[in-house]
Amino acid sequence: MDYLDQLEAEAIYILREVAGQFEKPALLFSGGKDSITLVHLAEKAFRPGKFPFPLVHIDTGHNFPETIAFRDQLVAGLGEKLIVGYVQDSIDAGKVVEQKGKHASRNALQTVTLLDTIAEHGFDACIGGARRDEEKARAKERIFSVRDEFGQWDPKRQRPELWNIYNGRIQKGENVRVFPISNWTELDVWNYIRREGIKLPSIYFSHERDVITRNGQLMAASEFLNIDHEDVVEYRKVRFRTVGDMTCTAAVPSEAYHIDDIIDEIRLSNISERGARMDDKVSEAAMEDRKKSGYF
Amino acid sequence: MDILKFFTAGSVDDGKSTLIGRLLYDTNSVLDDQLEAIRRANRKNNDGTLDLAILTDGLKAEREQGITIDVAYKYFQTEERKFIIADTPGHIQYTRNMVTGASNADLAIILIDARKGVVEQTRRHSFIVSLLAIPNVLVCVNKMDMVDYDHSVFDKVKDDYERLTESLNIRQVDYIPVSALKGDNIVNRSANMPWFTGSPLLRFLETIPISQAVETAKARFPVQWVIRPQTDELHDYRGYAGRVIGGSFRVGDPVVAMPSGFGSVIKRIELASDDLNVAENGASVVIHLTDDIDISRGDILVKQGEQPAVSRQFEAEICWMDAKSLDPSQIYLLQHHGKTTKVKVQDVIYRIDMQTLEKSSGSEFGLNDIGKIQFKSADPLAMDPYTANKANGGAILIDSRNNLTVAALMITKLD
Repeated sequence: MDYLDQLEAEAIYILREVAGQFEKPALLFSGGKDSITLVHLAEKAFRPGKFPFPLVHIDTGHNFPETIAFRDQLVAGLGEKLIVGYVQDSIDAGKVVEQKGKHASRNALQTVTLLDTIAEHGFDACIGGARRDEEKARAKERIFSVRDEFGQWDPKRQRPELWNIYNGRIQKGENVRVFPISNWTELDVWNYIRREGIKLPSIYFSHERDVITRNGQLMAASEFLNIDHEDVVEYRKVRFRTVGDMTCTAAVPSEAYHIDDIIDEIRLSNISERGARMDDKVSEAAMEDRKKSGYF
Repeated sequence: MDILKFFTAGSVDDGKSTLIGRLLYDTNSVLDDQLEAIRRANRKNNDGTLDLAILTDGLKAEREQGITIDVAYKYFQTEERKFIIADTPGHIQYTRNMVTGASNADLAIILIDARKGVVEQTRRHSFIVSLLAIPNVLVCVNKMDMVDYDHSVFDKVKDDYERLTESLNIRQVDYIPVSALKGDNIVNRSANMPWFTGSPLLRFLETIPISQAVETAKARFPVQWVIRPQTDELHDYRGYAGRVIGGSFRVGDPVVAMPSGFGSVIKRIELASDDLNVAENGASVVIHLTDDIDISRGDILVKQGEQPAVSRQFEAEICWMDAKSLDPSQIYLLQHHGKTTKVKVQDVIYRIDMQTLEKSSGSEFGLNDIGKIQFKSADPLAMDPYTANKANGGAILIDSRNNLTVAALMITKLD
């Protein structure tokens, strides 16, 4: 088998294990390429049947409008259920406090909304599109990653995971995060998207938009970014390699209009995908710390 | 292009993480922002060069202690092949994490410090490699720079290791003298060791044949999920979703559902909406049968005439992985594919003394202990011996009180 077939077969196997082992699973859908790939894999795993889980989107309220439009169109075509958890609701309920100042972002707040959404619907497993090649704390994660009743990951107490046997048994209140594309690299995902003809939001491809430079990174100018008189707004040709919310996802200058251009660009790039994520740069252990507190 | 999965094992400070860091660095798999992060962390070796081990030590606790606690998976590729590395801990306390990293590997790289030679951890790791039936072993004799690249040191380690493997189930062993720190024999042939005529490490990894053993095993198809849309158009649609482990299935093959023993014939094989004639080893597909028989998650389809033994009594080699010792009076859960059943210990056949690799009769199984146990299960199990089909001969034990995975089981015999 070719490597993409191997990776696909493994991911389908994992998705079916989720269906077989859990009462109430969910697929965390961000509107990014990894979760769009997961939806495609779920179709391969369960069609012509329905998905045995809804899609769940944690909406920070600061999304790229293109992502939301894409999400709604995709869901309409799929005929599957979408549940949206709003960070704004957590703010309004006083559960989290919005950050202030120039570098304010709702990225950290979404963990609370995620955990609340999990609790509200009683999800026992959440499928995510995280990959081990993304970040060094993620490189440590199991395929079935158990979270305690506070949603926390304890990296020192991970269950042994042997062969392709995944132990999804949990106590009430705990949940399992499941990562079917753990073993895929960024390039694998793009090669698979090309092979399968998977459609993506337009912001992954080169386009022109207003950007400002913050800490050496190009941020999309938007109402969500606190722009002051020191900031210089430029109209530039860019694309996004990874899609989080508008306050923490940086653009890269790019002439890649088609998927072949993107694959060439990644092959030649000297910067990793998450190099454009401000949320990882907070500290050496930024991702580990967020995962411990319940981030996916 | 294919994928080689390998893992590295060795004692603490044998330089495993440095070796992997070196492989990633020298194949240009480390990107600028990751290098920048290493520079920011400001961890240097004694000679002022960058400490490449930090590339794999992903947890705060690991960086603080300078040791690897849990498996880190790393990915790189060359023109020839894709690689998945499981960087596993060397520390004895974390042996279970090493077993996790090793269980899916095609190749084990055993690191031996040239100055120390074969030590107890080498023995323990090699024993686990043998137990898990990893098809290939490569011994990297590391830190050759610390012994003046002395040929005789390398030969001594090689002789000692050959003696060690005589008593183990390890078929193929290769040896390369390296310095992970200095880069000798990693990507390029080392000018410091002209006496070594074999391939440097990267070339070895690119060219070693990936074991096809599983493809000659008897075909097994554990059913994970039954697809029944029950819509007006697809009223009679009933597909068995699962993954082929060993062998292959064709449309028209007579099959038997285990453990029930009901027979039928494969009518159709689907991958998404494509119809296939053959489902090869490793493929995740949907199988349709000509008859409506009772099959659900946990059942296994096999070819007529190739049925595995079905029993409620079996023997297994066991690697205990929990801090709480085995309690022979307790009922545990056994998970084998989609099947979970209660089991109890019938007899502790032996335990291995990891110092001498001798069998002893002790019944105490604590963390990292290895031995052989006879079990009895509540439900009948259709399993193959692990050495005949790894994917159908491996199982895990779960402690039902806390749901932890407490042991790895490799089936040796069904009664």
